[in-house]
Amino acid sequence: MSNQYIVAYDGSPAAQRAVDYAVERSKTSGAAILIAHVLEWSPYSFLTQEELAERHMRRTEELARAKSAIVDPVVASLTAKGVPVTSDMRYGNVPDTLVAIAQEADAAQIIIGRTGQSTIVARLFGSVAGTLAQMSPVPVTIVP
Amino acid sequence: MLCLNKVRLALIAAFAMLAAQAAHSQTEAAQTLDQQVNAIFAASTGWFVNFIFAPIPGTNVAWIVVWLVVAASVFTIYFGFIQFRVWRHSIHLVSGKYSDPNDAGEVSHFQALVTALSGTVGLGNIAGVAVAVTIGGAGATFWMILAGLLGMASKFTECTLGVKYRNEYPNGTVSGGPMYYITKGFAERGLPGGKILAVLFAIFCVLGSLGGGNMFQANQAHQQLAGVFGDFPGWITGLIFAAVVFAVIVGGIKSIAQVTEKIVPFMGILYFGAALIIILMNLDRVVPAFGEIINGAFTGNGVVGGFFGALIQGFRRAAFSNEAGVGSAAIAHSAVRTKEPITEGFVSLMEPFIDTVVICTMTALVIVITGQLTTDPATGLYLLGEDGRILTATGATGVGLTSAAFASAFSWFPYVLVVAVILFAFSTMISWSYYGLKAWTYMFGEGKTQELTFKIMFCVFIVVGAAASLDPVIDFSDAAIFAMAVVNIIGLYFLMPIVKRELNSYLERLQAGQFKRYK
Repeated sequence: MSNQYIVAYDGSPAAQRAVDYAVERSKTSGAAILIAHVLEWSPYSFLTQEELAERHMRRTEELARAKSAIVDPVVASLTAKGVPVTSDMRYGNVPDTLVAIAQEADAAQIIIGRTGQSTIVARLFGSVAGTLAQMSPVPVTIVP
Repeated sequence: MLCLNKVRLALIAAFAMLAAQAAHSQTEAAQTLDQQVNAIFAASTGWFVNFIFAPIPGTNVAWIVVWLVVAASVFTIYFGFIQFRVWRHSIHLVSGKYSDPNDAGEVSHFQALVTALSGTVGLGNIAGVAVAVTIGGAGATFWMILAGLLGMASKFTECTLGVKYRNEYPNGTVSGGPMYYITKGFAERGLPGGKILAVLFAIFCVLGSLGGGNMFQANQAHQQLAGVFGDFPGWITGLIFAAVVFAVIVGGIKSIAQVTEKIVPFMGILYFGAALIIILMNLDRVVPAFGEIINGAFTGNGVVGGFFGALIQGFRRAAFSNEAGVGSAAIAHSAVRTKEPITEGFVSLMEPFIDTVVICTMTALVIVITGQLTTDPATGLYLLGEDGRILTATGATGVGLTSAAFASAFSWFPYVLVVAVILFAFSTMISWSYYGLKAWTYMFGEGKTQELTFKIMFCVFIVVGAAASLDPVIDFSDAAIFAMAVVNIIGLYFLMPIVKRELNSYLERLQAGQFKRYK
């Protein structure tokens, strides 16, 4: 097992707490941090004709926006702190993709923040953090 | 170049005149809209309609039907019954077994298939089938299934070419379809006339999109609404439809389209489920129904034109419903992200199967099983009305017949059917507005002004289509859709060796295990 923490990061305050926690832990363990950003996507969703034709362009735009607005700032701030950090951006189902990233990186654990809100939607369909806790092959730390 | 510009100008003028005449007659004299537009169209387009639907001398068989069937048979034989050989692989492709996870976020095979299906599954499956069996009897179903199976090979050919010769622009968007593969493919093979054929296709495609893909849909949706809520002026339905379509295609409000498109598959499943339940409830009549279908297919059971009448109706409605060979699907499928164009061909051949062999057959079975077609108890032959159509149990025809057949089992089903018809009509319009637009921009160039011109014209034609029963216009638009098939299939005949090369190369590599399976 590599000494690496996967941090699920979407730019939210909860995700920022997860990053802070990971940084704190890595000071003692010396682990590297992998910032994982997943763009929700299903290959079975419906697109109109026009969306089909523009899909490749939109995908390029979405990735560029996610990189510049979400991933790059956090990577820069961690680098400035001297924390060893890498990043990964992917499309897919969020929990499934986080697990795939963790497996490929042979990570020590996944760290994810939770919003703490118990909405009816989350109760019915489950949250990303809850789903991860149930299906992840590596330890999951849920940061409140 | 100068010559091409002249052609363009003439085309713009012709389209503008058509739109202006239609709009003019609407505002000036609402009462005589029917007569005016009918007269204009009948006078100027009658020769074209007559030509497309002309019978082969000495028979009552429209040559266009023979043209489609011969093409589908040629492709089936040329590609060695491709539709039966690659079934398993097609399903693997659609379910994403060969999709690289790194390509997530790009258009998947599944998405291209579902979008193309939402353009073809529609009134053809509900109203068209009812028309086929009232004219051709139960036997028409057999020929419809056969045409659906053969049509799979036509779809395979055109969609492979659609992906192979699409235009990819620097900003990442794509445009594809017969106009592109005919131009580029002919140039590649050193054949003359590619450009002329492509422009011809584009003209028919624009006309087909305004007619069959628009006015016909609006018209039928209004008929359904009027059937439920009582008669009211068609332009009201037309304006509402036009406003919603305008919001989607001009206003870019994708949420409306997405909501509709999410309900459409659900409607399809509900329709399929209801049909299945009716068939299961009448299990004892299934075997006799198939007997009636097979027997009728070869004898006609007394329909006008005998066995040939059944055959023509079956083939004609199948072609209408699944659009195989028409070229429209090649536009829809060309956006998929793949290194192997042939894989999109494998996926697209499932379309006529789902549309015709499954859904159309279900409709036909329900109509036959619930005893909508009346027969003479003494002879077992169909009872015919004065117009040569089979007398139905309730006297209903078209969508009404399908509705009556389902209502005999579920009294509430006609209401579901109204919603289904409206949604199907709407999704078909959205799809065809795109096909028409691609043909339009092929002729007049890509650009915001050109796009807006077409989109506004498209919305105007919705109102015209719903406002009146424009038989000659609908005849003309049907003729335009079939005319697309004439041009497209000529192109396919010349380009099919290219598809064959792709196919052989792909199958060799597939057998050698060169394609990685990810799931």
